[in-house]
Amino acid sequence: MLWDALTLQLGYNASLVAIGAALLGVSAGVTGTFLFLRKRALVSDAISHATLPGVCLAFMVLVAFGGDGRNLLGLLAGSALSAWVGLLCMNWLTRHTRLAEDAAIGAVLSVFFGFGIVLLTVIQTMGVGRQAGLEGFLLGSTAGMLWADALIIAVGGAATLVLVMILRRPMTMVAFDPEYAAARGLPVHRIDLAMMGLVMAVTVVGLKIVGLILIVALLIIPAVTARFWTERSDRVVLLAGVAGGVSGYVGAALSASAPNLPTGPIIVLVSFALFALSLLLAPVRGVLAAVLRHLRFQRRVHIRQGLLALAQGQKIYEPLTLRLLKRAGLARADGVATEAGKARAAKALRDEKRWEIVRADQAHEATAALYDGLRDIETVLTRDQIAEIDRQIGGPQGVVA
Amino acid sequence: MSGEEFVPLSLTPLLIGTFAAIACALPGNFLVLRKQALIGDAISHVVLPGIVVAFILTGAISTWPMMLGAAGAAVVAVVMIEAIRRLGQIEPGAAMGVVFTTMFAAGVLLLEQTDTSTVHLDVEHALYGNLESLIWLDAVGWSSLLDIDALAGLPPELLRIALTLAAVSVFTWLFWRPLKISTFDEGFARTIGIRTGPLGFALVITAAIAAVAAFDAVGSIIVIAMFICPPAAARMMTNRLETQIAWSVAFAVTSAVLGYVLAGYGPLWLGMADAVSAAGMIATVAGLILAVAAIWGPCRTRAGAPGSA
Amino acid sequence: MTLELAANHGVSVQENGLGSSPLAIRGLTVSYGQKPAVFSVDMTVQPGAMTAIIGPNGAGKSTLLKAALGIVPALSGQVTVYGDALEKQRARIAYVPQRASVDWDFPTRVIDVVLMGLSRQLGLLGRVRARHMACAMDCLNRVGMRDFADRQIGQLSGGQQQRVFLARALAQDADLYLLDEPFAGVDAATEKAIIAVLKALKEAGKTVVVVHHDLATVTDYFDHVFLINTSKVAEGPVNQAFTAETLQAAYGGRLATAQIDQISRALG
Repeated sequence: MLWDALTLQLGYNASLVAIGAALLGVSAGVTGTFLFLRKRALVSDAISHATLPGVCLAFMVLVAFGGDGRNLLGLLAGSALSAWVGLLCMNWLTRHTRLAEDAAIGAVLSVFFGFGIVLLTVIQTMGVGRQAGLEGFLLGSTAGMLWADALIIAVGGAATLVLVMILRRPMTMVAFDPEYAAARGLPVHRIDLAMMGLVMAVTVVGLKIVGLILIVALLIIPAVTARFWTERSDRVVLLAGVAGGVSGYVGAALSASAPNLPTGPIIVLVSFALFALSLLLAPVRGVLAAVLRHLRFQRRVHIRQGLLALAQGQKIYEPLTLRLLKRAGLARADGVATEAGKARAAKALRDEKRWEIVRADQAHEATAALYDGLRDIETVLTRDQIAEIDRQIGGPQGVVA
Repeated sequence: MSGEEFVPLSLTPLLIGTFAAIACALPGNFLVLRKQALIGDAISHVVLPGIVVAFILTGAISTWPMMLGAAGAAVVAVVMIEAIRRLGQIEPGAAMGVVFTTMFAAGVLLLEQTDTSTVHLDVEHALYGNLESLIWLDAVGWSSLLDIDALAGLPPELLRIALTLAAVSVFTWLFWRPLKISTFDEGFARTIGIRTGPLGFALVITAAIAAVAAFDAVGSIIVIAMFICPPAAARMMTNRLETQIAWSVAFAVTSAVLGYVLAGYGPLWLGMADAVSAAGMIATVAGLILAVAAIWGPCRTRAGAPGSA
Repeated sequence: MTLELAANHGVSVQENGLGSSPLAIRGLTVSYGQKPAVFSVDMTVQPGAMTAIIGPNGAGKSTLLKAALGIVPALSGQVTVYGDALEKQRARIAYVPQRASVDWDFPTRVIDVVLMGLSRQLGLLGRVRARHMACAMDCLNRVGMRDFADRQIGQLSGGQQQRVFLARALAQDADLYLLDEPFAGVDAATEKAIIAVLKALKEAGKTVVVVHHDLATVTDYFDHVFLINTSKVAEGPVNQAFTAETLQAAYGGRLATAQIDQISRALG
């Protein structure tokens, strides 16, 4: 069943939804990356919640004009409109009042959503609400979706993706360094707005599949996932697109393969699985790598400090230092250096003296900036240079111990 | 309206709405000042999975396990956000976005997988509660307030939210000074021996407790709106924290009362037959109050020219 | 350094060899990420003296102070305050953070900030009484900010904000005052006012440690210096430790020869 779903064998609608979800995932991942790099990830939360009153108002207008209110295009247009109003309110609050962006986001999100709920109950009292299936916009529902709706989603997803690709370069520049972008003559404010417009487009297209509460996940999680794997912004964008696309496709397919697997939550959970793997396993920024690196680093610091203390005949007070020295065979349990320890300690002390000379000498300015207490001097100076420094220090000095 | 109608039908929902609003607004003041406003948003989203898990474990809709489940989920969410933020060096907003959407999605999925046809447990209820249904059937009028038998029939939500409000108020009162100092100047707070880490966590837990209790009665929209809107509006009315708290409580009460009345009677005045969602209307009124404060509030913009002399 | 200290006989000397100095640090290493900002630093603050912590930008001056106070975590090292654990001696320390480290938009007045300095006396629930108010006003007066007591803190200039911070530290009535770049971005009048207050503290037998960046004023303001560039470069009385050689060692190529000449001429 799952295999059938993954290979698009579950009928036209399911296939179209899967393709639409994949396209949506790619454009959400890419768009979300720009938001994330601009440190405004949760703006999308306000935008998505602000769609609800628009959906309801559009429905009411459609009914008032004699339709049955189920025209997906009309509803999406309404949602886009109210999301835009919400966005403007948020920008106004942060620019013209003392509120910080997070408070403005929360205010817009809760108030627009609350107002949307009021409208939803109004619609229910109109006697057509339940049939309208507007609740489906909260959590998304692809079950029983019309062919035309599925087509709108697939086309919408593709169109958003094309727009994202066109705007990719200026958005990268603005997200990376707005001041530099402004200096280059880019209209930063308008690009920001375009970015928000794209977020809105993704949200609107995604309403039917994942719903307004969870669309945020598609905008945030792939971007965060991608960030673990690379330091280059263009690659983050690319990887986020891939992560989003995979989540969308696999999620939609999984959800089609069995009953009681709602599309939106499944897509989000697939996306989170990718995130969790990245958080743990990514080679540089991953937790596992970071923990190992930190332990190694702490060990280096303690051993170095311990060696310097040994060389200067000082008692070692920190138990961890002593333990590490002992394990490395450099000191005995009572804190007295072994032969190897004495040699290493003398070398450490001498290196410290060499660094002193280097750091006081203007000729070595660039090298001196590399000093951090740990770096071996051999890695920054040639043997001749070290010999020259040793000449300045004078003859070899014994270990004070 | 006569007491015979008001006391049984409107008094308890009004009180519950008001208590919930204040219980959320109090910690909300500090969350907004600490730029953690969206913690409230995150907490209110993760309450759903907590409740569903509690339901699956106990197999029944009973209040205490569900409250515990919700509170547990809030703690898990806060710890996860903090872990992702620190371990992954991800900015707090994005970390929050990852955690609360995932947990909410898990909650919805669990709900779909579980047979809840026999009980009243669905996503809509979680989102906007059902304040209107929390009526006091045993009451016959104002005199019932003195009638022990009638009082025993009060909706249990009222007692819970009242206790929660009391607990939140005591927390705010007891830790007023450390909260204020550590919110303003964390480094200084640490040097005078305030344990800012545990204190910040306690604040979030208090907010979570308020959210869970309020959520139980009124759904999560009120929770988010009350965490943020009254404190944000209050900040624009004054430059003193003490006064700000007072304003925020006043705004919370106004939102709750006005919102409830408008939801219940507004449609009737407009000639419609049925009431609209009280939770939604309370949030809407809170938003209108914020809008008014943002346009006319005496302290709405940042003061003078701080920074370098 | 530590060997010299060992001669100092106190109870804690046997325990950790750090003596009873107002602030003693040994082997302190702090790192943000993989590069130590402070490496294996020993420091012994002289009681009753005014000490400047000096070093180039990014040399770990502020980090040293923050780690000593437990505001940022240290990777290794020990700190004692008056020969005791930091936690037991908190009441004897007053810390003035960098001005930029707090949210000046916070809804509070000048006098409230100064009263924060009394919070240890007030405890959790103690009421602010007339004597506390009088004490806070007196502290404001000492930094020349009495007339601003009711202002919202965001409405102050940078120099005024710094003075309010100093007033809060005065309200703590500590024995050891630690100030992080108190002269950064303040006007000349404020600098003068602050230094006068600090000198008065010293006259009263208090110990003052200042993270300082202006080499030209070191000899005027301070009697001890501590030079740091990731690790310790020199420590001692100004006339011994603040020399062309130590500056050269701390600043390396970052200080023009002309500047060093100028300072060493000023030192005589």
